[in-house]
Amino acid sequence: MTDFLQLFFSGLATGSIYALAALGFTLLWQASGTINFAQGEFVMLPAFMLLGFMAMGAPLLVSFVLTILLAVLLLGWVFKRGVVDPLLKYGMMPIVVATIGLSIAMRNGVRAGYSAEAHPFPSLFADKIYNMAGVTITLQDMGTFALAMVMVLATQAFLAKTVTGRAMQAVAQNTESASVLGINVPRMIFYTFAINAVLAVAAALLVTPTYLAKFDMGEGLGTKAFFAAIIGGFNNSRGALLGGLIVGVCENLAAAYISPAYKDAVALIIFMVVILFKPQGLLGKKEERKV
Amino acid sequence: MTAPLLKVTDLKKAYGAIQAVDGVSFEVMPGEIFGVIGPNGSGKTTLFNSILGQISPNAGAIELHGKTITGLSPLELSRRGVGRTFQTLQVFGKMTVRDNLIVAAQEHQGSMLGRLFAPPDSGLGAKADALIDQFRIRHVAHSLAGTLSYGQQKLVDIAMAFMAEPDLVLLDEPCAGVNPSLVGGISTLLKNLNRHPKFGKKASFVVIEHNMDFVMDLCHRIMVMVEGRVLAIGTPAEIRGNKAVLDAYLGN
Amino acid sequence: MTTPPDEPTAPPPQGGASSGPAKPVPRLHLNKTISVLTAVMGALLFLVAPQFLKNYGIYLLTYWLVFIIATMGLNLTIGYAGQKSLGHAAFFGIGAYTVAILMKAGFSFWLGLPAAALICFAVGLVLGFPALRVQAIYLAFATLGFNTAIWLVMRNEEWLTGGTFGINNIARPSLFGLSLDGNLAYYYFVLAVALATSALLWGLLRSPWGKAFTALRDNPIRAESLGIDIRNYTLLSFAIGAAYAGVAGGLFASLVQFIEPAPFAVSASIMMYLMVVVGGAGYFLGPIVGAAVGVVLPEWLRDVPGVANWYLPMFGAAVVLLMVWLPDGLLSIPDRLRAKREAKKASMARAQAAGKWGAKS
Repeated sequence: MTDFLQLFFSGLATGSIYALAALGFTLLWQASGTINFAQGEFVMLPAFMLLGFMAMGAPLLVSFVLTILLAVLLLGWVFKRGVVDPLLKYGMMPIVVATIGLSIAMRNGVRAGYSAEAHPFPSLFADKIYNMAGVTITLQDMGTFALAMVMVLATQAFLAKTVTGRAMQAVAQNTESASVLGINVPRMIFYTFAINAVLAVAAALLVTPTYLAKFDMGEGLGTKAFFAAIIGGFNNSRGALLGGLIVGVCENLAAAYISPAYKDAVALIIFMVVILFKPQGLLGKKEERKV
Repeated sequence: MTAPLLKVTDLKKAYGAIQAVDGVSFEVMPGEIFGVIGPNGSGKTTLFNSILGQISPNAGAIELHGKTITGLSPLELSRRGVGRTFQTLQVFGKMTVRDNLIVAAQEHQGSMLGRLFAPPDSGLGAKADALIDQFRIRHVAHSLAGTLSYGQQKLVDIAMAFMAEPDLVLLDEPCAGVNPSLVGGISTLLKNLNRHPKFGKKASFVVIEHNMDFVMDLCHRIMVMVEGRVLAIGTPAEIRGNKAVLDAYLGN
Repeated sequence: MTTPPDEPTAPPPQGGASSGPAKPVPRLHLNKTISVLTAVMGALLFLVAPQFLKNYGIYLLTYWLVFIIATMGLNLTIGYAGQKSLGHAAFFGIGAYTVAILMKAGFSFWLGLPAAALICFAVGLVLGFPALRVQAIYLAFATLGFNTAIWLVMRNEEWLTGGTFGINNIARPSLFGLSLDGNLAYYYFVLAVALATSALLWGLLRSPWGKAFTALRDNPIRAESLGIDIRNYTLLSFAIGAAYAGVAGGLFASLVQFIEPAPFAVSASIMMYLMVVVGGAGYFLGPIVGAAVGVVLPEWLRDVPGVANWYLPMFGAAVVLLMVWLPDGLLSIPDRLRAKREAKKASMARAQAAGKWGAKS
């Protein structure tokens, strides 16, 4: 039983990171219909931004702040204005392909421009282990879960409780009506992109210490986040959280109880079951076919 | 006594607590132009969509040629000779006008496999050209439908509904958003299509419209709907003189 | 009846972000002579090119042709019929493994290739069913899931596919006693298949089926109300597209002579999707250009002096820029130029008319 609990809790930690990436992904889709195939790379890049700033001599905290600023600028503003805005009215295809190109460029750009090696990454949490009722949990796992949950819940609270957040939700639900109501639609959409960038930075900070910074770390993470978002419910922000946690826990359990080779298959299998029986996701709402 | 082409009996459709269509009954005779008018929210569109298989009614029956068609899909209805136009433009923007007309009728002849080996226009070229000339859109016949003006697209939309020689055509606000100078032309066009069809027999029309002059001028009989129920059915003259109708409109 | 007015009156508002869907870029109606000339010139180039190329160049050209065939099928599914398919490489793989497995079992390539096409057609039909039930983005996810599932089978079922070890020593066929083993001979064979399959697709798209697919893509609700059986056409668009990928896969197996699951994973499907969109979805010749961008461009970039490891990031950046500049793909350039010229003419005409009547008081 203790094994199960251990796996469960560390699965929650991994899952909460997936939830961060999945949440950003879902928000982008809801607010602007953007499918960001480069979401995994959006997590990878801030990791290297931080390493880069630190390599230039900046202390950790300063590098962290700079990373957030640079991420919001590049992954938020430049991405939105440069890639998404011109392509929005052309439907799904061009944006999907553009983000595919972006992911190739980012991934291989880091590889060619920085390094193909895996780099150690500073952890926010000290290397402590706790033992509670026979269950061993690392501080890293607890801290990751706590921090990720704080971010996810803070984002959701922001969206639900603040004026700006509700304006953003209005834009996501019905852009026409929102703009008629006087909401600055482009700015609200930008805030969504900015939030995605911040969530990506958070995910980077939490996931990289364990898995090391490598140019291709985005691939697996991006796919899992993608699956998680869909499993939870693509048109529902809470779905991202649920989906992420489910994937994280099930993966961990499968790797231990079935076989490590099946770890990656777990997310896929849950995804397929959901797609077949409830395509809008566990928490999602059915979308009407529009004329 | 000729049998009615379309017979709607006690049709009901509710959306939650709202009874959108509340026991509507009427008949449309072959070759008749039947107007449906009423204030917004009176259930006209729901009625339409029920007849056209877009939504299923909760109760009641719809018969075409004496056979029940309640609950059939739009596809099956099209095969049974029901055509329609849409309130929001629904032409195929990336095809030429002529191709729009051809595709509107090509699936009504031959088999699926046969169509794979048929010529591109499925032999419908002449028919399409005839309609194009009747609608006076020859000069844009080879332009992409999406590049036409709103009024021209409206005409293509209407023409498409007639290509498959339907027995019954439902027109959903054919004058919506159209330049007033064009309304008279549409009325004349529809009268010609009804009385002097180029092909097929005389079709019946059911027309939803808000433009009173248009409806009074075009229709043989008019049905007035209010809050999901039929208020009156009669000739334009009868409807014009009906006090209850005037009250309903002035009251709103 | 008076002639219809030219001034558009208020069009009905349409839902969606920003300014609603873009007006279609009108397609150039090249007159027949130009089209035929281009086709003939293109065919001639393909016929003659190998004479100027070394062995690797011929191999690359063959590789390109294989992907042209595969992406032609995907172009039908997503470009002409407007479906979403991010799992095309699965069919590519099924075709490749069908040929490889059958040949290993002693059957001829000439049995394997049609078998690949038929099996993929059938599986494609099956994949079409979710398409009837789920919309757009969810369909894309479903096809993705399908691809991953197939890839997992390829990777894990060693008894059938050799697992991660794959199947090697796949022979090249011989035609009427003439061996197609050499790169040049095989190239001409693949070229012949490419030309034949293109001709078939051309015929299909010219037939009433072509219009039905376009109707399905542009307005399925209207199509249904006109009697177009969108169910059947949706299923067919997946099945035919899959069959093309299957044929390409079979040719691929004998080309590379060793197959393993990697080229048939989701990443490959995504690349094929990229090829179709970059070339121009719904343009007949799109796949030729798109496959060139996906297959030939990275190779060419890699050989440019000084580029080295940067060829991939450059490729990625090129794709992004290409999409932002030409969302409808490379083949939309002539149409865009024409649309610009027409817009200019129209605005000049309006300016003239305004000038004639003078400023409104």
